[in-house]
Amino acid sequence: MQKYECDLCGYVYDPAEGDPDNGVPAGTAWEDVPEDWVCPLCGASKDQFSAVD
Amino acid sequence: MNALQAVPLTDSVYWVGAIDWTIRDFHGYLTSRGTTYNAYLIMADKITLVDTVKQPFFSEMMGRIASVVDPSKIDVVVSNHAEMDHSGALPQTLAAVQPEKLYASKMGARGLARHFALPMEITPVADGETLSLGNLSLQFMETKLLHWPDSMFSYLPERELLFSQDAFGMHLASSQRFDDEVDDWVLDHEATKYYANILTPFSPLVTKLLAKVQETNLPLKMIAPDHGPIWRKDWQRIVARYAHWAQMVPTRKAVIVYDTMWGSTCMMAKAYAEGLMAGGACVHQLPLGASHRSDVGTQVLESGALLIGSPTINGNLFPTVADTLAYLRGLNRLNLIGTAFGSYGWSGEATRQVAQGMEEMHVEMVAEPFRVQWVPTAEDLQRCFDTGRQIAEEMTKRADECGCEVH
Repeated sequence: MQKYECDLCGYVYDPAEGDPDNGVPAGTAWEDVPEDWVCPLCGASKDQFSAVD
Repeated sequence: MNALQAVPLTDSVYWVGAIDWTIRDFHGYLTSRGTTYNAYLIMADKITLVDTVKQPFFSEMMGRIASVVDPSKIDVVVSNHAEMDHSGALPQTLAAVQPEKLYASKMGARGLARHFALPMEITPVADGETLSLGNLSLQFMETKLLHWPDSMFSYLPERELLFSQDAFGMHLASSQRFDDEVDDWVLDHEATKYYANILTPFSPLVTKLLAKVQETNLPLKMIAPDHGPIWRKDWQRIVARYAHWAQMVPTRKAVIVYDTMWGSTCMMAKAYAEGLMAGGACVHQLPLGASHRSDVGTQVLESGALLIGSPTINGNLFPTVADTLAYLRGLNRLNLIGTAFGSYGWSGEATRQVAQGMEEMHVEMVAEPFRVQWVPTAEDLQRCFDTGRQIAEEMTKRADECGCEVH
């Protein structure tokens, strides 16, 4: 599944890991991450992420 | 002659930084004891410089390097942190040294490129990557947002030495380079102030990082930060303090921050303090006419309650109080209870504005904000006293429930 990187701080959202600390279970595709979810490192919103390899 | 000297950490690692005895305003942080910008020289087969110094101290760093080796022999430069107190001298260093390679984290490479027009490419390194320096090596560990996106640690396994950039540092100018050479109370105070003002916002990440470091079980003899003394005698102590601070536990210390115009808000502050003390709390009062915001941040780090008082001036809260509220909101010290108070003449907006600011800081308001017109009466002061005592009792309850180490 496609990973996404925070443009501001470099945090990488990996769908395989999700973000369980913030209510996003492992295996959640980027498209299914809630729109109000924010970067767990720096607080950036979803629209500040870009797809990465 | 070259009067500048490097200081050896091991047979092959030298401190080649700079001592800044002058600085007092470090981006709004009162550095009462000055600071150091620590750079480190590794005399491996591939001679390596870890971080540089603030730009005006370029010559001091180069002089210290020259006491060990001709600086043009440096092969590798590593930037653990792109902030300008460590990277400001980087462009001149690269021009003078012309190393083969410059390494930084991926975000460091991006950040440095946005700071400087560097004369060479930056090679990004990945988390966990090892760089061979011939007879020695460096392992990199990303520490994103501790305290910048680019931040990383570099570990020298052959000497069991961790270059930790700003983490575990402090602002302290001194001729001594090691923890065992500096009075414990000075280390405690400056390390506390540093954590409070630089790392508090990232406390959840500190907890995660310490868990990760513990998991990897790195053998460690020394921690070499980018400011202040190198931990060679007792690095466990500063790591334990970080673990404690990061929990932001509710303690029995209350902090009362206020400013005053004609003494009325001050009278209220003192009445709250007496009540808090009567209820068994330790109280630290910070009148803002005599207290720097970074000292407020330091006191708040190890507190359980925060009371903020402001008179109303021209329909607004006092400017010093606005400054402190903005600053504390950024630090995001959680698990506080508190209340707001203040005196006013006719309109009286400040108390509400302070209360609103405190709620934005996630302070749990356990008592009604209290405003008094002109000068508090005996009854008004009694109410402040009673509220103080009630807050102290609540603090004791929370500290007991937490069961953590409290002060």
